[in-house]
Amino acid sequence: MSSVPQSLRRTRSDRPRTAPRRPVRPAWVEQPRPATQAAKAVALAAVVLLVTVPFLIIVSTSFASNADVVAGGGWVLWPEHPTLRAYHELFDGGIVTHALWVSAGVTAVGTAASLACTIGLAYALSRRDVFAGKPILLLILFTFLFPPGMIPGFLLVKGLHLLDSYGSLVAPVLVNVFNLVVLRGFFQSVPEELYEAARLDGAGEWLILRRIVLPLSKAALAVVGLFYAVSYWNAWFYASIYLDSDHWPLQQVLRTYVVGGSQLADSSVGDASAVAAPQTIQMAVLVVATVPILLVYPFLQKYFTKGVLTGAVKS
Amino acid sequence: MAIAERDATGRTGAAGASGADGRAGRRGRGSRLARLRRDWVLLALMAPGVAYFLVFHYGALAGNVIAFKDYVPFDGLWASQWVGLDNFRAMFGDPAFWSAVLNTVWIALLQLVFFFPVPIGLAMLLHSLTRDSVRRFVQSVAYLPHFLSWVIVVAVFQQVLGETGLLNNVLGDAHLHTVDIIGNPTAFKPLVIAEVIWKDCGWGTIIFLAALTQVDEQQYEAAAIDGAGPWRRFWHITLPSVRPIIVLLLIMRLGDILSVGFEQMLLQRASVGPDAAEVIDTFVYYKGLVGGDYGYAAAAGLFKGVVGAVLVFTANKVAHRLGEQGVYR
Repeated sequence: MSSVPQSLRRTRSDRPRTAPRRPVRPAWVEQPRPATQAAKAVALAAVVLLVTVPFLIIVSTSFASNADVVAGGGWVLWPEHPTLRAYHELFDGGIVTHALWVSAGVTAVGTAASLACTIGLAYALSRRDVFAGKPILLLILFTFLFPPGMIPGFLLVKGLHLLDSYGSLVAPVLVNVFNLVVLRGFFQSVPEELYEAARLDGAGEWLILRRIVLPLSKAALAVVGLFYAVSYWNAWFYASIYLDSDHWPLQQVLRTYVVGGSQLADSSVGDASAVAAPQTIQMAVLVVATVPILLVYPFLQKYFTKGVLTGAVKS
Repeated sequence: MAIAERDATGRTGAAGASGADGRAGRRGRGSRLARLRRDWVLLALMAPGVAYFLVFHYGALAGNVIAFKDYVPFDGLWASQWVGLDNFRAMFGDPAFWSAVLNTVWIALLQLVFFFPVPIGLAMLLHSLTRDSVRRFVQSVAYLPHFLSWVIVVAVFQQVLGETGLLNNVLGDAHLHTVDIIGNPTAFKPLVIAEVIWKDCGWGTIIFLAALTQVDEQQYEAAAIDGAGPWRRFWHITLPSVRPIIVLLLIMRLGDILSVGFEQMLLQRASVGPDAAEVIDTFVYYKGLVGGDYGYAAAAGLFKGVVGAVLVFTANKVAHRLGEQGVYR
């Protein structure tokens, strides 16, 4: 089965290349001047450093001892006396541990629910002749042009009695129109012959979706799933207006205690005498909020360049 | 067979027994019922998603009527008094509202000038690299910040540029003047642009890179053989190949011009004050959800929505006039 998606992807891939990109420059291209080469190298190095150095500082500071932080004046590039104290305090129970579970749960449940609903819509709407397909598609695309607004959205969630429930983080953002368009575009590229063959063999819509379309769309599903997971993981605004602080996910905790500058309550970080410098605790929260994204990112980023997104954007 | 296939493209469900009459009777009543019966599995698959859009988009959209009411939470949405355009009148006479509009448009324009071209340039730089491994590495690093939340991005910037941050420590160690960036209203707008560039300029290259890789290499070769240097090839081949995308993104940006980085502003408004950081979205938030003046805030939100939709519509029309594809037809 895995050979089919490959060929599918190649048909919608960016470049009609016959061989892998040549490592050397073609003969007709002028040799670049050394100055140009140097300028390019500097620009690329700047891009890489601007992204990585702040991360290095954050991670280093989170592992630093109090003495390191004082010596560095608030930040540390490389901790002399690395310690896990900040992490111990965070994971000792209390606000951050709880928030981490909330974020993980909302992300898992939300991503599953969003994917299921988006797949259903995308699959049905990818069939050109489906009953009421056109009006439904227009109905959905119109919401992209005219979002309902923050206040009516809030009053609706309140009216549905979703305040202070985790459902308020999922239900109002269940289907993303962009993700729907990406997935629908990908489903549409499944060759018609496959449907016909499956139908001749007696397969119904449900079976075709499960056994043919979904296995062929792994790349698109991975990308859309990542987008949903990241948006659930990163969400804090809805949490701040819909949930009380007992229900907060990690990003909202991060917002309050790191960006807002409040101290984590003493009770939440155990023994006050052993408390790590607030700086290291803040950076540790930052690391905990970032690491899940860093972990899934390498597995999924290869799909971004494969035309999964751009094919849909064009349609 | 060829004709049958063409008739049944998209929907081959009717293929087989009912294939022949499937198209002929499509407009008829009986066939609509037949299609309904045929498609019930698809409709069931769509149902949860459609229900979501009806409730959370159209239901909420209908809730905009409170913009024309004096909403009192105790009375509820329907029992509150109609006040006609009073909320809008109050809004248009409110200097705080106009200050928010001005900030929004100002930041959007700054983004257009200083952020919008950056991904195009970076995409061209990446595309010009001959070594795939280098390009892929830089791409991976540059995409990453897009996946971080605004909370993290703002925290990172505070950490690097703040009073006790990296930059001021380095300046202090070198006995230079420290700079006051975070929490300084005059430095706020450049800071906001810098944050957007840091977060999204890498991710923004994706769509341009796709356009660039679609150009047939032979065009470049032919142009080079005809004596076109790198600049002329860039001007006559590279630039035209990304132009439709640029137009498309400009249109989408224009429709979004009244909503610049709500989360980004909300996170930093407290530290620089509303004069520098109030945009329409934060205005709605503070008026409505914080201040409890729901009708007034909804009016401001509705104003934003209507203006945005009109702008997209107009920009799309203009793009068509200019012979571009635009967003939709």
